[in-house]
Amino acid sequence: MLLFLKILKAGIVTEPLAPGEPDVIEVAREVETKARRLLGRAVAIREVDAGSCNGCEIEITGLTGPVYDSERFGIHFVASPRHADLLLVTGPVTRNMEIPLLKTYEATPDPKIVVAVGDCARTCGVFRGSYAVVGSVDAVIPVDVFVSGCPPEPTDILRGILTALDRLPKRKRRRDGT
Amino acid sequence: MAPELLLLSVAGYTAGALAALAFRGMVGRALVAAGALGGSLATLALGAWCLATGATLVFAAPWLPLTGFALRADSLSAFFLIVVGLAAAAASLYGFGYSAHYDGRYSLRLLGAMFNVLLLSLTVQVLADNALTFLVTWEVMSLSAYFLVLTEHDQAGTVRAANWYLGVTHAGFAALIAAFLVLAAGDMTGSFAAMRSVGLTPGTRNLVFLLALVGFGTKAGVIPLHVWLPMAHPVAPSHVSAVLSGVVIKMGVYGLMRVTLDLLGGGPAWWGGIVLGLGAVSALLGVLYALMEHDLKRLLAYHSVENMGIILLGVGAGLMFQSYGLPALATLGFIAGLYHTLNHACFKGLLFLGAGSVQYATKTRNMEDLGGLIKRMPRTAACFLVGAAAISALPPLNGFASEWLVFQTLMGGALVPRPEVAIGMPIAVAMLALSSGLAVACFVKAFGITFLALPRSTDAARAREVPASMQVGMLLLVGMCVALGVTPFLVVPALSRALAGLGRIPVTPIGFSLHLPFSVAGVTGEMSPLLLAVGLALLGVLTAIVLRLLADRRLRVGDTWGCGRIGQTPRMEYTATAFAEPLRRVFAELYRPTEDLSIDFHPKSKYFVRSIAYRSEVQPWFERLLYTPVLSALRGAAARVRQVQAGSLHLYLAYLTIALLVLLVVARWSR
Amino acid sequence: MTADLMMAAAQGLLALFLAPGVVGLVRWLKARLQNRRGAPPWQPYRELRKLFQKEVVVSRHASWLFHLAPFVVFASTLAVAVIVPVLAVPLLVDRIGDLLVVVYLLLLGTFFLALAGLDPGSAFGGMGASREVTVAALAEPTLAVAIFALARSAGSTNLGEIAARTTADPLSAVSPGHLLAFAALFIVMLAETGRLPVDNPATHLELTMIHEAMVLEYSGRYLALIEWAAALKFLVFFILLGNLFVPWGLARALTLEAVMTAVGVFAVKVVVLAVAVAVLETRVAKLRLFRVPELLSASFVLALLAVTSSFLLR
Ligand code: SF4
Repeated sequence: MLLFLKILKAGIVTEPLAPGEPDVIEVAREVETKARRLLGRAVAIREVDAGSCNGCEIEITGLTGPVYDSERFGIHFVASPRHADLLLVTGPVTRNMEIPLLKTYEATPDPKIVVAVGDCARTCGVFRGSYAVVGSVDAVIPVDVFVSGCPPEPTDILRGILTALDRLPKRKRRRDGT
Repeated sequence: MAPELLLLSVAGYTAGALAALAFRGMVGRALVAAGALGGSLATLALGAWCLATGATLVFAAPWLPLTGFALRADSLSAFFLIVVGLAAAAASLYGFGYSAHYDGRYSLRLLGAMFNVLLLSLTVQVLADNALTFLVTWEVMSLSAYFLVLTEHDQAGTVRAANWYLGVTHAGFAALIAAFLVLAAGDMTGSFAAMRSVGLTPGTRNLVFLLALVGFGTKAGVIPLHVWLPMAHPVAPSHVSAVLSGVVIKMGVYGLMRVTLDLLGGGPAWWGGIVLGLGAVSALLGVLYALMEHDLKRLLAYHSVENMGIILLGVGAGLMFQSYGLPALATLGFIAGLYHTLNHACFKGLLFLGAGSVQYATKTRNMEDLGGLIKRMPRTAACFLVGAAAISALPPLNGFASEWLVFQTLMGGALVPRPEVAIGMPIAVAMLALSSGLAVACFVKAFGITFLALPRSTDAARAREVPASMQVGMLLLVGMCVALGVTPFLVVPALSRALAGLGRIPVTPIGFSLHLPFSVAGVTGEMSPLLLAVGLALLGVLTAIVLRLLADRRLRVGDTWGCGRIGQTPRMEYTATAFAEPLRRVFAELYRPTEDLSIDFHPKSKYFVRSIAYRSEVQPWFERLLYTPVLSALRGAAARVRQVQAGSLHLYLAYLTIALLVLLVVARWSR
Repeated sequence: MTADLMMAAAQGLLALFLAPGVVGLVRWLKARLQNRRGAPPWQPYRELRKLFQKEVVVSRHASWLFHLAPFVVFASTLAVAVIVPVLAVPLLVDRIGDLLVVVYLLLLGTFFLALAGLDPGSAFGGMGASREVTVAALAEPTLAVAIFALARSAGSTNLGEIAARTTADPLSAVSPGHLLAFAALFIVMLAETGRLPVDNPATHLELTMIHEAMVLEYSGRYLALIEWAAALKFLVFFILLGNLFVPWGLARALTLEAVMTAVGVFAVKVVVLAVAVAVLETRVAKLRLFRVPELLSASFVLALLAVTSSFLLR
């Protein structure tokens, strides 16, 4: 009972998605129009940790919480790449994760989108040059959108995903410009 | 017509048996199969003829020694003739191909001859019309089955299994002799007709019932008299296992119905209660033990125990309702039991034949070494799948039709205004439901581990589809599983005629249409498996068509998803043991598993492991509890008897003399 | 007769197309209870549409059974949806199957889904299949005894008959036997449809999965069929709970007015049950797998009491 009183009192805490600085999101490839249309409002995400420090994961976890609530955009996380439309890859790709990352990409049915999250995913960040690191994510699988930041904020990640799906009109205009 | 058919079937079996002795190799096998097939088809025709026309065939040979031989086919016999004929026909066809790999290894002569003798004895068994005929055929049946079980005599465990079978079955036989002696009540012709009319005191009737229950219970493999069944059935050649599980154990049901319903004409309610209780316990424990098996044929054998339990649930409920004066419900109960008898003969026969094909192709029965056979043996797999679905009572196959009837009968228990029934019936319903749920689990395991995923051994990887004759044998039973499942509106009236022929319960003709409705004062239910089957097929096809038109059609073949691991090997698959593990933990009290874990560490560091050995076994504590005292008592008695049987000829001569003298005195005195 | 059959078809279609929305409604309610905005209730339709348009990826180790199973699961669940009384009783389709048929048809779907889980040879699939059949088997006695309880007060296992008898005798709806059977069936519903506290429909961790682990290998249109069937199964249990135990509002004659009332009342029942499930799922945590049998035996005891109480009070 107390629990439900608290729920009532708190109300809805989800914040509207504020537009952030544009330079955080970088579009690497044009997403097919078909995929954009199809995945518009129902996206299943498979998260792949390709060797991150788990900082990015903590931010990603924030997405599903009440404040950022990715579910309102029809975005939810799934347990198998077979169910997924979008791969959310974090970290530099380590040697051990190179084949698993490829396999995950292969296991995902078309149409599919890849969003690489964090500085490491693009530049290998502080891990660059390490023996254990193969390279950035786009060295292994094709990436559609990069979200920079170390770690990026949940808002940025969410915006990155939405950019890939081409949903926020603002982003759309921006991409049309590029 | 009927006498000719009987003659034909006897001639078929005899010719088959003789051919087995006379010819070898391929010709021998073909002739054995032809004889058995001809005989069983004639048996089938005889049963169908008698049931359809209501004719009673009577055949007596009083000139034979003692009371002579007497045969009589009434409606109940006719029904069981159909059961025998169906399963035997499929098994004989299958046996032609299957016994090929026995050539040169084991005695094909013995196998072929005994197989035909077994079928012959089964046919005669249900026709027997006096105690002597019944008992002699019973013994022939038991002994031929014993020899058949012994076929692979050099395999580990076979002889032990056969001995257990022989021991238990003879204990049952002794009970049967006693039952018939009491029942005959001094009438030395031992004819069934005389037994029907003799008026016994209630006490004597109870005694006969209990003796018959023990005698027929051992044959039927009712728990706790089932120990021999899971040992003996798996080691026999598979087409023989099909007959053993499909038909031979059904003779227990036949005998029980013949004696309690026909000869005794029913009894007090507790008779039904005991049969019902035994049925419920057998159904549940049978499937629970089956779950823990990973020997495919042993698993099936335990399922025979389960299904005998379901049959007895029907028969027991029938007996019970009869004594409460609810003839309509009683009829329903007996019909349900008989229906399940027929169904079980079909699907269990099918499953044993399927298991035989697996064994034929891979030389193993151990499920942990199988897998992936659906790709190498697609037709066997499809047949086995139908059998598995049927035994799991999934609509619209035959197992469902009869289990539905059993459920409905038990729910009819609501009409009996007695507290013990009011409590007992829901529990029986629950036990039946649980056992059918567990049967689904068990057959997902049996089919899934054996036929799906990757092969777990090179033998399984190299398996090839079995010869055509074996496939035909299986297909025959697949057809029966489907046909019996969707046509209860034909089967149920036929069964009620089989019952009506006995004249012991007033069978009210129920209006059977395309559906299977029945309305018994207060309880009704309706279903139509035929419409259901059509509906399911339509919906499935419709879905496929709509999908084809509207949905994306792309299909890509990739690796199995395993979190991105590099390769996949059979070692990563779920095993049969692992599959049953949750249920083993749930029912740990029953299984009392022993676990034995030994880890061999590296001598330098215990962070490195060289090998891990894990053993776990299920304890048959319940059987031990029951049988250990009996066995030790037997051993003690045997030791004492040994003193009498000292091996000295003089002593034996003395025994003879004393016996003769005693007999003379008794004869003189009783004059 | 034609009107009757058309009504049956309409019921089936209504259930079929309503089912994803019900799942969406429960999700939306749960989101609100977690102080989230959440996806709108019609989100599952979008997901299904998307899945139907996607490619299918199949393991190279899978056999024909893997391709067959989604159709069997879908067709059997849809058949159940046609049989159960959604809006009107008694209809002719009542005669195709009774309550026992419903239970065993659902079991048919479980059987094939579990086999399909084992087919690609992945350990997750085997694990899911093993757990699913365990839960299904242990739920079976409760179902059967609850049916017994319903059948004994209605004198029939026919769905239409049960609904009709309860309408005729309103007092029986609040009899202890009825209420206990309702409680038992509600618990079984949670177990059979993979809701909390038995299974978490939103879990991502393979080791805690039951239903989800079986379908990890499915994708695209096959997955869509399976998810849709799962949603339909969920709705079927709602229908059973709503229309067998509280049968008021069901159309007794096929007039427009009666059917419209039935639609309205049906909507109310579904919403009430959805709220109940959402509130419950917010309140309870998932049970450990080996505690699930305890929950199910509790439900069994409830069902058994339901039967015996109707005997004692008769
Ligand atoms: S980007 Fe930063 S937080 Fe993310 S994985 Fe790299 S180091 Fe960690």
